[in-house]
Amino acid sequence: MNEAVTTGFDTFDLVAMGLKIALIVVMLLQVVPIMVWVERRGSALLQNRLGPNRIGPFGLLQSLVDAIKMMFKEDRVTGHVNPFYFRLAPLVSLIPAFMTFAAIPFASHITLGDKTVEFQIADLNVGLLYILSITSLSVYGVIMGSWASNNKYAIFGGLRSAAQMISYELSMGLSIIGLVMIVGSLKLGDIAAAQGAALFHIGPLAIPKWGIFLQPIGFLIFITCTYAETNRLPFDLPEGESEIVAGYHLEYYSMMFGAFMMAEYINMTVASALTATLYFGGWQLFPGLDLVLASAANHGLQGLAFEWTRVALEAACFTLKTAFFMWLFVWVRWTIPRFRYDQLMNLGWKVLLPLSLANIFVTGYLIYLKVL
Amino acid sequence: METRNETPFTSGTYSAQGQGPHHFHSIDHDPDDIWGDSRVVVNIGPTHPAMHGALRMVAKVNGETIEQSYCEFGFTHRAKEKLGENRTYHQFIVYSDRLNYCSALINNVAYAMSVERLLGVSVPERCVWIRMIASEMARVIDHLVCVGIGAVDIGAFSFFLYGFHQREEAYTLIEKLCGARLTTSYTRIGGLAGDAPVGWEDEVKAWVKKTRECLDEMDSLLTGNKIWLQRTVGVARFSKEDCLKYSFTGPCARAAGIDIDLRRDAPYLVYDKVEFDVPIAQNGDVFDRYLVRMEEIRQSLNIIQQCAERMKPGPVWADDKRTRIPDKEVVHNTMEGLIHHFKFFMTGFDVPEGEAYTTVEAANGELGFYICSKGGPKAHRMRIRGPSVYHFQALSPMSQGGLIADMVAALGSINIIAGELDR
Repeated sequence: MNEAVTTGFDTFDLVAMGLKIALIVVMLLQVVPIMVWVERRGSALLQNRLGPNRIGPFGLLQSLVDAIKMMFKEDRVTGHVNPFYFRLAPLVSLIPAFMTFAAIPFASHITLGDKTVEFQIADLNVGLLYILSITSLSVYGVIMGSWASNNKYAIFGGLRSAAQMISYELSMGLSIIGLVMIVGSLKLGDIAAAQGAALFHIGPLAIPKWGIFLQPIGFLIFITCTYAETNRLPFDLPEGESEIVAGYHLEYYSMMFGAFMMAEYINMTVASALTATLYFGGWQLFPGLDLVLASAANHGLQGLAFEWTRVALEAACFTLKTAFFMWLFVWVRWTIPRFRYDQLMNLGWKVLLPLSLANIFVTGYLIYLKVL
Repeated sequence: METRNETPFTSGTYSAQGQGPHHFHSIDHDPDDIWGDSRVVVNIGPTHPAMHGALRMVAKVNGETIEQSYCEFGFTHRAKEKLGENRTYHQFIVYSDRLNYCSALINNVAYAMSVERLLGVSVPERCVWIRMIASEMARVIDHLVCVGIGAVDIGAFSFFLYGFHQREEAYTLIEKLCGARLTTSYTRIGGLAGDAPVGWEDEVKAWVKKTRECLDEMDSLLTGNKIWLQRTVGVARFSKEDCLKYSFTGPCARAAGIDIDLRRDAPYLVYDKVEFDVPIAQNGDVFDRYLVRMEEIRQSLNIIQQCAERMKPGPVWADDKRTRIPDKEVVHNTMEGLIHHFKFFMTGFDVPEGEAYTTVEAANGELGFYICSKGGPKAHRMRIRGPSVYHFQALSPMSQGGLIADMVAALGSINIIAGELDR
């Protein structure tokens, strides 16, 4: 890709890039109805219920029907809101959610002729910074929506989310620094590639150098912060329905509400993909799969066919890892209660922030000792 | 805040737009709030999702801290007590269901006992055992719903549904008694609407066993959870003295260390013949109320188990011509029976002059029916003492100085049932 940038785009690059963007956008749009279905059926599974099971096999089409309902609902804007910002807010929270995924690699590269195609829209050299900065933009949608709604409960939600997202962004950013120090790059492609090395061997099985083994504390802080960033239980205070009704999207209906909901689920997807990339090797194959691939190569899988098989396996591993963390979001949501606002702030500032700072120093010391 | 403020603030002392005069000063004055206008008045309810039923709290909040508040109720007022003066004793049974609709059977039993006391009727043994099982089942249902909804308000939804499943199973058993699930109307003056079907005791025992397992599961899911403890321990404390001042009864009083339980202190039905413990706690916070309720469910299950084991076949109707509803066979086949049936339901039966006040330990506290009769088939005065009224008065002082989230947790823990509160 970098080579292509220096020589200028040609048709091949344009087509490849177009395909990648289309794939990512379609995938992110598709993940919303699927996640809504997983959430509803998953919560039903956890609660000894059935969940939606009438429309389509296993109720799979329920989300589609809901989406149609949402689109055809009247797009009313009540008199007491600020119509411009009210309509703008859902977009402001939806668009950054889409943008974030651009820097996340979902497979390694493939060489077609003399071209190398990276399976990532943009391997930015400030990849992690880009992601952190874009995700912090999404808070504007929430604040804008709550302020434009001109409703006391919505303002409560907006204030809560502003304080919450800003506090947890800090710990989130600091929790990744340890990993960045070890890898020595902010590029997500590099971070994913660096996790392919073996940490130690158990017989023929290589335990890879995944981020979680190098940065367990960093991982815990990071995943806690992603829950706060995506406004999911136990940190769903901006909408906390039993306290402030629906928080920032209280006044929204139809597809404008739908856009907020989509943004939440896409943010979840991005957060899960990021967790997988940073701490679980990203597109790196699961331990043992490399042996399978090698034996397939020995049995005659060669050339381009082998390359495509490898890419497909990598993409599948990445998807599975991401899917696991998305399921974890659902699992956590339906298991534990909600924090109170002051407790949330205490956790963010008094626990996670010092912990993430300590993590940086410990990591630095270990790097100095050449342990990591 | 000068004192714990229970008086409603009038409009004009404060306006959200900052146009009105400001007479509001507080001791814990916020130094950044130089004009004293960072307070917002929020109207919580009557359609707020946490205000179960239709309750309303108007709160003046600083940030999210409730500095001053008052509560309103009466949105579901249906003039129950007045209806008691305009309906025959038999007709009023259906109204008693709609008091605390989470434990309708206890209301049925309490009302029937009150009228029976006036009449001097005593019901046969099997009827008493069935009434006891029914009451305790209603208590289990009520407590399951209370702790469950309290948890939902704090964000733990699955916990609620585990309990709710057992509640539905209990309703299936109740349905077998009387055909209805929620509004049971099961008791009659001097008897029951119908005897328990054959084999019902065994189903009850199986349900008790399952509910015990379910409770252990619920316990392990929530009781030790760190977030749950943070949200409930020390939240909305209401001391023993305050509880006495506000006439608290039931689990809320016991959670504050007041050792009262009418089942043990003034036994009715045959509570003196079964063994059970009365759990009490000391702190009077949300967590203690939760613990007391969870333990009471277990004790109620013990009582149900004992009752189901000791229940024997026999009549369920008191042998009293006045109150006994004539058998359908007699009604359909004899003229006298038909006339009796007609007179029974159209004019009701005469109750001798006198007064009776009967209290039972309902799920939320002391439930009392005071009936004053001047003869005739209708009460001269019917007064109902519902525990929710007394508990609801405490919501405002209880949530003073807490966050909105604490108020929601407090409301869930004192289990206000609007039907019983507003009547």
